[in-house]
Order: sequence, then structure tokens, then C-alpha cells
Amino acid sequence: MWEYTDKVRDHFFNPRNVGEIEDADGVGEVGSLACGDALKLMFKLDENGRIAEAKFKTFGCASAIATSSVLTELIKGKTLDEALNVTNKDIADYLGGLPEQKMHCSVMGREALEAAVENYRTGGQKKHELEGRIVCTCFGVTEEEIERVIRENDLTTVEQVTNYCKAGGGCGGCHGEIEKIIVRVQGDKVKEPPAPAPAKGKKLTNIQKIQLVQQTINEQIRPALRAHGGNIELIDVEGDKVIVAFRGMCAQCKLAEFTMKDVVEAKLREFVSDSLYVEEDSDSVQEEHQHRE
Amino acid sequence: MRTIYFDNNATTKVADEVFEAMQPYFCDFYGNPSSMHTFGGQVGIRIREARQRVADLLGCDPGEVIFTSCGTESDNAAIHGTLAAAPHKHTIITTRVEHPGVLAVCRELENHGYTVIELGVDKRGRLDLAELEHHLDDDVALVTIMSANNETGVVFPVEEIAERVTDRGIVFHTDAVQIVGKVPLNLSQSRINLLSLSGHKLHAPKGVGVLYVKKGTRLSPWLLGGHQEGGRRAGTENVPGIVALGKACELAAEGMDDENTRVRALRDKLERGILESCPDSRVNGDTEHRLPNTTNISFEYIEGEAILLLLDRYGICASSGSACTSGSLEPSHVLRAMGVPFTAAHGSVRFSLSRYNTEEEVDFTIEKMPEIITRLRELSPFVAT
Repeated sequence: MWEYTDKVRDHFFNPRNVGEIEDADGVGEVGSLACGDALKLMFKLDENGRIAEAKFKTFGCASAIATSSVLTELIKGKTLDEALNVTNKDIADYLGGLPEQKMHCSVMGREALEAAVENYRTGGQKKHELEGRIVCTCFGVTEEEIERVIRENDLTTVEQVTNYCKAGGGCGGCHGEIEKIIVRVQGDKVKEPPAPAPAKGKKLTNIQKIQLVQQTINEQIRPALRAHGGNIELIDVEGDKVIVAFRGMCAQCKLAEFTMKDVVEAKLREFVSDSLYVEEDSDSVQEEHQHRE
Repeated sequence: MRTIYFDNNATTKVADEVFEAMQPYFCDFYGNPSSMHTFGGQVGIRIREARQRVADLLGCDPGEVIFTSCGTESDNAAIHGTLAAAPHKHTIITTRVEHPGVLAVCRELENHGYTVIELGVDKRGRLDLAELEHHLDDDVALVTIMSANNETGVVFPVEEIAERVTDRGIVFHTDAVQIVGKVPLNLSQSRINLLSLSGHKLHAPKGVGVLYVKKGTRLSPWLLGGHQEGGRRAGTENVPGIVALGKACELAAEGMDDENTRVRALRDKLERGILESCPDSRVNGDTEHRLPNTTNISFEYIEGEAILLLLDRYGICASSGSACTSGSLEPSHVLRAMGVPFTAAHGSVRFSLSRYNTEEEVDFTIEKMPEIITRLRELSPFVAT
């Protein structure tokens, strides 16, 4: 069971400002059903440009509901610029802290606020959209968002990043990339560089190469395929040719060819050797297809 | 506040009779059953009796019962022990809906050169036996498929599976922790080679389990350093736990009819009551082949942890397959394997009953459920109000 503070419990059991504002000045919607939490935030300004009324609706767990409730309390009476200074940390602090794994709820609150202000400032024209390159495809988290939670919350590990913005919490295929972002943002603060990438670049013996290929498949490629119910098996390595077979859902997937080049080959080149190329095992192709028909 | 315990697939209350039976083996009869003196030796007799009681419930020979520390140990031992005894074979077949005690072990083995085939399930959580058949070849060392799913209660046809698998000379293991004590078993007439059970799922305490090993099954020992359990599982016996499990098995045999009549009726009433009073709710899993005590219900557009906390305020204990309750970010692997849409997977709640539940508890829960669901739906941006 989660250890929630009394404040969290209070705001979950007795949420403040639930509902919708009919003629709201700004509306921000973030999250989705698929991700497990979503928040719709609305506000109305008074004649002095201060937030007179703020309301929310939230789909999610107790901490998602509690952070939404607190957010509305925190921004009432503030100008938009003042409100935008509210960080996810402020929300969490107000609640007396949140379990680490729930910090993403506080980040969702801050995102909804920004989306609502943006919506107001663009005259209700613009809906919140993701900006920048998506790093975590499972939860649709961009590089920009990851950089920001790292900076604002002084994060140093992938696990923390996952707790704060969900990135890396699905298939795990982006862990390497998140590590790079952490190093870039935090620089010297990250003392020990995360798990060293395999010894690419060095001249490998055949045995070493095969082992490295297997390791890369185990650690970098399989988790990503698993997320879609698929799997991959290393059949053979002949010189620079790596022969693999797709299993499970991948075997019948129309995107398999794309996966082969874009995921499997790219990862093997990144972690083992630039000269590698990948082919699908012809025996297992026939076998699988016969079975599927 | 009283507790209404509907989370018996997680763990169960230790039966009063069981607690009473085990108590003397802490401070009074604390001898080591391996000792030569009468004081220790008399304890050995109690272990033998307990082994017989377990064997009676399973319908097997006492020599086929190995005591372990938990269901997870039994699962690990069955898998590793079978592979070690068949070093030339490198394929394991399992399912996508197994308990982590099996699934995590298999996935780890994949990193050590084993091929793991995970069979999928359909929307109601059922296996396709033709698919299993297709994968049975000479490289398969082990097929491990659970008897009943802990989240949905869906029961797999393991007897039929065991026949198909063992006909090919392949070892068959089943994680039966959820089914033992709820459905009668007769392993002497069965083709199952290995079966795991856990004490705390049938009103014995935590810390004791069993691995059933059919005579003639090749299995390497997994704990070395003593002659206990025929040398296969060394280590001084957990005497109070083993005595407790023996008593619990005896009670389970006596209570089997009650489980399949009264408890089943309570479960059905709870399920029907909730479905009728809460719109946009649905049962997950095959209701025809299901444990008598389990129901898994999804409430669309709301989230499971929030439901559990509101139930908790009334002292009602249940569990959820939502992402937030697991500490991970994705909902239950079982519901995802079944293709349950995200709208419903995040809002799933499992109620699992036992012989200690009453009709009054069921009525109280049915009465409280609609207000909880309505309250959260009023908060949800996905529900128009």
C-alpha cells in the first residue's frame, strides 16, 4: 500500500474545486486513458487578470486527484505569470510529499496549468500539443519534457525520470537515451556514468562479437518487442551478417520489415559494429507463416 | 471498523484450527526432526502426518510431496530443476498470463540461451491448445502453465494439456497455488509431473509451500546441504509451517463442497449485484471456467487505486490490476494479454472470497459500490455529467 500523507488523503477524499466552468477563459487537458491518468483544468480570470475560479476533472489514482485539487487551490488569486511559477515540486511540497513513484502526478498538474494558460493566451485556439522529439514512445514523452523534469527536480537516474514523467516506464527501450539526456543536463553531477555501453569500436573476436550481439538483443531489442507481444531469437552470425527470427506477434506483423532495419539493425550497429546487417531466418519465416495461415 | 476481506487470492487468514495445531511446535516441541533423540524424533512423526494430509488433498503418494518455503520457490525449483536434468534441451513453453514466479524465471532464462515460447490467450483469457501442440518439439524441456489465473480466476484445462505434453515425453509443470483447496485434484490419475502450491493461499501461514513431483520425473535437487526432503530440498524443516499446512489441507478437503456451493453463490451474488448497480462495468475472463471464489470486474473511465482507497474506507479489502497499484506504469500483464482495453484495464478490481465471508458482507459491498463508482465518475473528465 502507498504511504500517503494526511494532506494527500484529505485532498483525495475531499477534493476541492471539482467540476467544469462553462465560460472558462482557459482550458488545459493532459494525459490519456491509455496512460492511466488524465487531467482537465479550467480557470476563469477576474477583471484584474487574476485567477478567480479554477476547477478540475481527473481520471487517475488518489495522488492524481489530490494533486489536481491542490493545484486549483494554489493558483487561485494568482496572475497567470505568478501561477506559471508554480512548479511540480511546489505541488508535492504542499501535500507534504508524494511517494517517489507518484511524482509524475505533480508533473501532470504543472503541465495542465501550462496547457490552460497557453489555451487562454492563444485565444482558445490552441490545444496543448507535444513539442520536440518523442523519446519514450510508450508514454509519448518528449526530450524537452525529460530535460525539464531532470533540471527542475535535480534528477540523476533513469528510475527517477520514470517516476517523474513516466518516460522509460514501458518497454524500457529508451533507457539508454534517457541516460544520455541525464548526463547532458546534469554534467558533472552524475558522477558515475551509467552502465557502460558495450565495448564498441574495439576489434572483436568472433566469440566476443556473437556474445555482444546476444547481449544487445537481450538488453536493448527484446524488451522493445516484448511490449508489443513479440520476441526475437538469434539464429546465427556469419561475418557481418546477423540472422534472426521473429517470434510471437512480430512473426505476423506487417511492420516486421521496418522493425528489422529500424530497430534491430540500428541497435546492433549502435552497440556492436557499424558494419553489421541483419537478415531474417528463411526457414523460420516459412514455418511461422504456414502455421499462421 | 470491521474488515471485510475480499482479497483471498493475495493471501488468506490462518484458520483458527491451523494456528492451534502449529503452536506447540514453537516453544514446546522445538526439536529437530533429524535428531536421534525422542524429543526431536517425535516431531518427525508430525511431519510425516502432515505430508500424508497434503498427499490426501492432492490425491498422490506422500513420497511425491516436497515441502518448500513458498509457491515461488516451488516454481523456481520446478523450472530450474527440470532444465538441469535435461541439459540438451533449450526450449520452455509457458503463457503470457503466468504469475511472475514463473514468467520472470522464464524471461531470465531467455538471457541464458533458452528459447521461451509464451502462448497468448483470447479475450476471455483462454488458451489455444492447437497453438501449444504446434510448438511441441524435441527441443522442449518443459511446459509450465498455471492451473488457474490469480487475477481473473480463469481455469486452464491442465489435465488435457498434461496429456498432450507428456505424450511427447516433455515434462509438464503447473503453478496450482490458486486452485488447490478450491477444486478437487487426483494427481495419481493425472499426467501432471510437477505442481506448485502455497500454504498461505489456503489458510496456512506464509512461509510454507509444496512442490509435488510425480514419481519418475527427472528433477535436479535445488538446495544442497542436507538429506531433508529426500536430498532434493535440503534445509531443516519449517516444522510449525509444515504441521500447519497439513492441518490446512485437511480443512480444505472438508470445506471443498462449501467452497463450490456457498462461496460460489456469494461470489455470484456479489458479481451480479455490482454489475446491476454500476453502469459500464464488465467481468474480465471466462466465466464458465473459473475458480468459485474470484471475480474481476472492470469499471470504465475510472482508476482502480482510487476505487480501492474508497472501498478501504468501509473496511472492504480488494485488489486491482491498475498500473498505479502495482508501482509500475502499465496495467496488469494478464488483462493486457487478454486485450482488455485501457479504458477498462486501469479500472479493474478483483474480489476474491473465502469460506470466512458472509452474505451480509456481500450485501454491504453491493450497497456501497454504486456511490464509490459514481463519485469517481463525477471526477472523471471522460464521463459527461
